[in-house]
Amino acid sequence: MGVIKKIQYDCRHATYLIEKRQHRSLTIRERMELTIHLTGCSVCRLFQRQSRWINRMVKSLFHQAEEPERKLDDEFKRQLQEKIDGRLK
Amino acid sequence: MSSVKNSISQPDSAQRPDPHRWVQRYADFLYSYAFARLDHEEQARDLVQETFLSALEKISQFQGGSSERTWLTAILKYKIIEVYRKRNSGLRIQNMEWEPELEFFEESNGHWKENYSPHAMRSEVADPLVNKELAAILKKCLGRLPALWLAIFTMKHMDDANTDTICGELKVTPSNYWVIIHRTKLNLRACIAKSW
Repeated sequence: MGVIKKIQYDCRHATYLIEKRQHRSLTIRERMELTIHLTGCSVCRLFQRQSRWINRMVKSLFHQAEEPERKLDDEFKRQLQEKIDGRLK
Repeated sequence: MSSVKNSISQPDSAQRPDPHRWVQRYADFLYSYAFARLDHEEQARDLVQETFLSALEKISQFQGGSSERTWLTAILKYKIIEVYRKRNSGLRIQNMEWEPELEFFEESNGHWKENYSPHAMRSEVADPLVNKELAAILKKCLGRLPALWLAIFTMKHMDDANTDTICGELKVTPSNYWVIIHRTKLNLRACIAKSW
Protein backbone atom coordinates (compact mmCIF):
# COMPACT_ATOMS: atom_id res chain seq x y z
CA MET A 1 0.00 0.00 0.00
CA GLY A 2 1.37 3.43 -0.96
CA VAL A 3 1.97 6.09 1.68
CA ILE A 4 -0.98 8.22 0.57
CA LYS A 5 -3.34 5.26 0.44
CA LYS A 6 -2.23 4.30 3.91
CA ILE A 7 -3.03 7.76 5.26
CA GLN A 8 -6.39 7.73 3.49
CA TYR A 9 -7.39 4.46 5.14
CA ASP A 10 -6.05 5.11 8.62
CA CYS A 11 -9.02 6.53 10.55
CA ARG A 12 -7.43 5.48 13.84
CA HIS A 13 -4.50 7.79 13.24
CA ALA A 14 -6.71 10.56 11.86
CA THR A 15 -9.02 10.59 14.90
CA TYR A 16 -5.96 10.52 17.15
CA LEU A 17 -4.69 13.66 15.40
CA ILE A 18 -8.14 15.27 15.62
CA GLU A 19 -8.05 14.85 19.40
CA LYS A 20 -4.46 15.97 19.70
CA ARG A 21 -5.12 19.10 17.65
CA GLN A 22 -7.79 20.23 20.12
CA HIS A 23 -5.15 20.37 22.84
CA ARG A 24 -1.91 21.36 21.12
CA SER A 25 -0.59 22.25 17.69
CA LEU A 26 0.37 19.46 15.31
CA THR A 27 3.69 19.09 13.51
CA ILE A 28 3.78 20.01 9.81
CA ARG A 29 3.81 16.35 8.87
CA GLU A 30 0.82 15.59 11.11
CA ARG A 31 -1.11 18.51 9.67
CA MET A 32 -0.48 17.26 6.17
CA GLU A 33 -1.56 13.74 7.05
CA LEU A 34 -4.75 14.98 8.62
CA THR A 35 -5.61 17.25 5.70
CA ILE A 36 -5.09 14.45 3.21
CA HIS A 37 -7.21 12.09 5.28
CA LEU A 38 -10.09 14.46 5.95
CA THR A 39 -10.31 15.49 2.32
CA GLY A 40 -11.38 11.99 1.41
CA CYS A 41 -13.06 10.73 4.59
CA SER A 42 -16.51 12.08 5.40
CA VAL A 43 -16.85 9.79 8.43
CA CYS A 44 -13.83 11.34 10.14
CA ARG A 45 -15.07 14.81 9.24
CA LEU A 46 -18.28 13.89 11.01
CA PHE A 47 -16.27 12.54 13.96
CA GLN A 48 -14.36 15.80 14.16
CA ARG A 49 -17.54 17.85 14.23
CA GLN A 50 -19.06 15.69 16.95
CA SER A 51 -15.85 15.65 18.96
CA ARG A 52 -15.68 19.45 19.05
CA TRP A 53 -19.33 19.62 20.01
CA ILE A 54 -18.69 17.18 22.90
CA ASN A 55 -15.80 19.32 24.13
CA ARG A 56 -18.00 22.40 24.13
CA MET A 57 -20.75 20.56 25.98
CA VAL A 58 -18.39 19.16 28.59
CA LYS A 59 -16.88 22.56 29.25
CA SER A 60 -20.18 24.24 29.82
CA LEU A 61 -21.44 21.36 31.94
CA PHE A 62 -18.34 21.39 34.15
CA HIS A 63 -18.38 25.12 34.65
CA GLN A 64 -22.05 25.17 35.38
CA ALA A 65 -21.48 22.59 38.12
CA GLU A 66 -19.45 25.13 40.08
CA GLU A 67 -22.14 27.72 40.19
CA PRO A 68 -24.74 28.16 41.49
CA GLU A 69 -22.78 27.41 44.60
CA ARG A 70 -23.66 24.26 46.49
CA LYS A 71 -24.18 24.70 50.20
CA LEU A 72 -22.96 22.56 53.07
CA ASP A 73 -25.46 22.11 55.86
CA ASP A 74 -25.17 24.44 58.83
CA GLU A 75 -24.62 21.73 61.42
CA PHE A 76 -21.63 20.35 59.53
CA LYS A 77 -20.22 23.85 59.24
CA ARG A 78 -20.69 24.58 62.92
CA GLN A 79 -18.85 21.41 63.91
CA LEU A 80 -16.10 22.07 61.41
CA GLN A 81 -15.48 25.59 62.70
CA GLU A 82 -15.45 24.19 66.24
CA LYS A 83 -12.82 21.67 65.24
CA ILE A 84 -10.69 24.41 63.71
CA ASP A 85 -11.09 26.69 66.73
CA GLY A 86 -10.17 23.78 68.97
CA ARG A 87 -6.88 23.31 67.19
CA LEU A 88 -6.07 27.00 67.38
CA LYS A 89 -6.04 27.02 71.16
CA MET B 1 8.11 58.80 53.63
CA SER B 2 9.60 55.86 55.44
CA SER B 3 6.29 55.10 57.12
CA VAL B 4 4.61 54.83 53.71
CA LYS B 5 7.27 52.41 52.53
CA ASN B 6 6.78 50.41 55.68
CA SER B 7 3.06 50.07 55.25
CA ILE B 8 3.52 48.79 51.68
CA SER B 9 5.95 46.05 52.57
CA GLN B 10 3.80 44.80 55.41
CA PRO B 11 1.02 42.43 54.44
CA ASP B 12 -2.28 44.12 55.16
CA SER B 13 -4.71 42.48 57.50
CA ALA B 14 -6.89 41.12 54.69
CA GLN B 15 -4.00 38.93 53.56
CA ARG B 16 -3.29 37.44 56.96
CA PRO B 17 -5.01 34.08 57.37
CA ASP B 18 -7.97 34.19 59.70
CA PRO B 19 -8.99 30.58 60.47
CA HIS B 20 -11.84 31.70 62.75
CA ARG B 21 -13.72 32.78 59.64
CA TRP B 22 -12.64 30.12 57.20
CA VAL B 23 -15.81 28.04 57.33
CA GLN B 24 -18.10 31.01 57.00
CA ARG B 25 -16.10 32.50 54.15
CA TYR B 26 -14.89 29.56 52.08
CA ALA B 27 -16.61 26.28 53.01
CA ASP B 28 -19.40 26.53 50.43
CA PHE B 29 -17.03 27.64 47.70
CA LEU B 30 -14.58 24.79 48.37
CA TYR B 31 -17.42 22.31 48.59
CA SER B 32 -18.81 23.39 45.21
CA TYR B 33 -15.35 23.24 43.73
CA ALA B 34 -14.73 19.72 44.99
CA PHE B 35 -18.18 18.47 44.11
CA ALA B 36 -17.89 19.70 40.53
CA ARG B 37 -14.73 17.64 40.14
CA LEU B 38 -15.60 14.50 42.09
CA ASP B 39 -19.35 14.23 41.61
CA HIS B 40 -19.61 12.73 45.11
CA GLU B 41 -21.14 14.64 48.04
CA GLU B 42 -19.50 12.78 50.87
CA GLN B 43 -16.02 12.83 49.37
CA ALA B 44 -16.38 16.51 48.59
CA ARG B 45 -17.41 17.25 52.17
CA ASP B 46 -14.54 15.23 53.61
CA LEU B 47 -12.08 17.08 51.42
CA VAL B 48 -13.32 20.48 52.62
CA GLN B 49 -12.61 19.40 56.19
CA GLU B 50 -9.22 17.93 55.30
CA THR B 51 -8.31 21.07 53.42
CA PHE B 52 -8.95 23.32 56.41
CA LEU B 53 -7.14 21.01 58.80
CA SER B 54 -4.02 20.66 56.70
CA ALA B 55 -4.08 24.39 56.00
CA LEU B 56 -3.96 24.93 59.76
CA GLU B 57 -0.89 22.75 60.02
CA LYS B 58 1.02 24.71 57.43
CA ILE B 59 -0.40 28.11 58.20
CA SER B 60 3.11 29.49 58.71
CA GLN B 61 3.82 28.75 55.02
CA PHE B 62 1.00 31.01 53.88
CA GLN B 63 2.43 33.75 51.67
CA GLY B 64 0.62 37.05 51.79
CA GLY B 65 1.10 37.26 48.01
CA SER B 66 -1.85 35.07 47.15
CA SER B 67 -5.30 35.40 48.58
CA GLU B 68 -6.48 33.09 51.31
CA ARG B 69 -9.03 31.58 48.96
CA THR B 70 -6.43 30.84 46.30
CA TRP B 71 -4.19 29.24 48.87
CA LEU B 72 -6.96 27.02 50.25
CA THR B 73 -8.05 26.09 46.72
CA ALA B 74 -4.50 24.99 45.89
CA ILE B 75 -4.50 22.67 48.89
CA LEU B 76 -7.90 21.29 47.91
CA LYS B 77 -6.75 20.70 44.34
CA TYR B 78 -3.95 18.54 45.56
CA LYS B 79 -6.37 16.50 47.63
CA ILE B 80 -8.69 16.03 44.66
CA ILE B 81 -5.80 14.61 42.68
CA GLU B 82 -5.11 12.17 45.51
CA VAL B 83 -8.72 10.98 45.30
CA TYR B 84 -8.33 10.50 41.54
CA ARG B 85 -5.23 8.43 42.17
CA LYS B 86 -6.95 6.29 44.78
CA ARG B 87 -9.97 5.73 42.57
CA ASN B 88 -7.61 4.63 39.89
CA SER B 89 -5.74 2.11 42.03
CA GLY B 90 -8.80 0.38 43.45
CA LEU B 91 -11.29 -1.49 41.31
CA ARG B 92 -14.45 0.50 40.97
CA ILE B 93 -17.37 -1.83 41.43
CA GLN B 94 -19.83 0.51 39.77
CA ASN B 95 -17.94 0.27 36.51
CA MET B 96 -17.80 -3.50 36.49
CA GLU B 97 -20.78 -4.05 34.22
CA TRP B 98 -19.37 -1.78 31.56
CA GLU B 99 -16.00 -2.11 29.90
CA PRO B 100 -14.61 0.64 27.69
CA GLU B 101 -14.21 -0.33 24.06
CA LEU B 102 -10.56 -0.36 23.05
CA GLU B 103 -10.75 -1.29 19.40
CA PHE B 104 -12.92 0.86 17.18
CA PHE B 105 -10.70 0.26 14.15
CA GLU B 106 -9.62 -2.59 11.90
CA GLU B 107 -6.26 -3.86 12.99
CA SER B 108 -4.90 -4.23 9.47
CA ASN B 109 -5.43 -0.71 8.10
CA GLY B 110 -6.92 1.47 10.85
CA HIS B 111 -10.24 1.87 9.09
CA TRP B 112 -13.41 2.26 11.21
CA LYS B 113 -14.98 -1.10 12.05
CA GLU B 114 -18.39 -1.18 10.52
CA ASN B 115 -20.31 -1.28 13.83
CA TYR B 116 -18.42 1.70 15.26
CA SER B 117 -18.39 4.07 12.33
CA PRO B 118 -19.99 7.39 13.46
CA HIS B 119 -23.36 8.46 12.12
CA ALA B 120 -25.14 11.78 12.34
CA MET B 121 -26.84 12.35 15.70
CA ARG B 122 -30.16 13.97 16.51
CA SER B 123 -28.60 17.41 16.82
CA GLU B 124 -24.98 18.46 17.07
CA VAL B 125 -25.57 21.99 18.20
CA ALA B 126 -27.80 21.19 21.17
CA ASP B 127 -26.73 22.65 24.50
CA PRO B 128 -26.86 20.45 27.64
CA LEU B 129 -27.54 23.53 29.76
CA VAL B 130 -30.79 23.98 27.88
CA ASN B 131 -31.61 20.38 27.06
CA LYS B 132 -32.00 18.32 30.27
CA GLU B 133 -32.15 15.02 28.44
CA LEU B 134 -28.83 15.69 26.75
CA ALA B 135 -27.24 16.73 30.05
CA ALA B 136 -28.36 13.46 31.64
CA ILE B 137 -26.93 11.42 28.77
CA LEU B 138 -23.63 13.26 28.94
CA LYS B 139 -23.33 12.74 32.71
CA LYS B 140 -24.18 9.08 32.43
CA CYS B 141 -21.53 8.59 29.76
CA LEU B 142 -18.88 10.49 31.72
CA GLY B 143 -19.63 8.36 34.76
CA ARG B 144 -18.91 5.21 32.81
CA LEU B 145 -15.37 6.20 31.96
CA PRO B 146 -12.57 4.49 33.88
CA ALA B 147 -11.49 6.68 36.82
CA LEU B 148 -8.10 7.62 35.42
CA TRP B 149 -9.60 8.64 32.08
CA LEU B 150 -12.20 10.76 33.81
CA ALA B 151 -9.54 12.33 36.03
CA ILE B 152 -7.48 13.34 33.01
CA PHE B 153 -10.55 14.53 31.15
CA THR B 154 -11.73 16.59 34.11
CA MET B 155 -8.37 18.23 34.72
CA LYS B 156 -8.10 19.05 31.04
CA HIS B 157 -11.56 20.46 30.54
CA MET B 158 -12.37 21.94 33.92
CA ASP B 159 -9.05 23.38 34.96
CA ASP B 160 -7.39 23.78 31.56
CA ALA B 161 -4.41 22.08 33.16
CA ASN B 162 -1.53 21.59 30.76
CA THR B 163 -0.29 18.19 29.66
CA ASP B 164 2.89 18.19 31.73
CA THR B 165 0.99 19.00 34.90
CA ILE B 166 -1.55 16.25 34.34
CA CYS B 167 1.08 13.64 33.45
CA GLY B 168 3.14 14.60 36.49
CA GLU B 169 0.28 14.67 38.97
CA LEU B 170 -1.37 11.46 37.80
CA LYS B 171 1.87 9.68 36.91
CA VAL B 172 1.03 9.00 33.28
CA THR B 173 3.60 9.03 30.47
CA PRO B 174 2.97 11.57 27.68
CA SER B 175 2.42 8.88 25.05
CA ASN B 176 -0.03 7.08 27.31
CA TYR B 177 -1.72 10.41 27.94
CA TRP B 178 -2.56 10.94 24.27
CA VAL B 179 -3.77 7.37 23.92
CA ILE B 180 -6.13 7.95 26.85
CA ILE B 181 -7.34 11.30 25.47
CA HIS B 182 -8.09 9.56 22.19
CA ARG B 183 -9.85 6.54 23.71
CA THR B 184 -11.85 8.68 26.10
CA LYS B 185 -13.34 10.66 23.25
CA LEU B 186 -14.04 7.59 21.13
CA ASN B 187 -15.91 5.98 24.02
CA LEU B 188 -17.70 9.12 25.08
CA ARG B 189 -18.89 9.79 21.54
CA ALA B 190 -20.03 6.21 21.03
CA CYS B 191 -21.90 6.27 24.34
CA ILE B 192 -23.69 9.53 23.56
CA ALA B 193 -24.58 8.31 20.07
CA LYS B 194 -26.40 5.32 21.55
CA SER B 195 -28.96 7.55 23.26
CA TRP B 196 -28.94 10.72 21.17
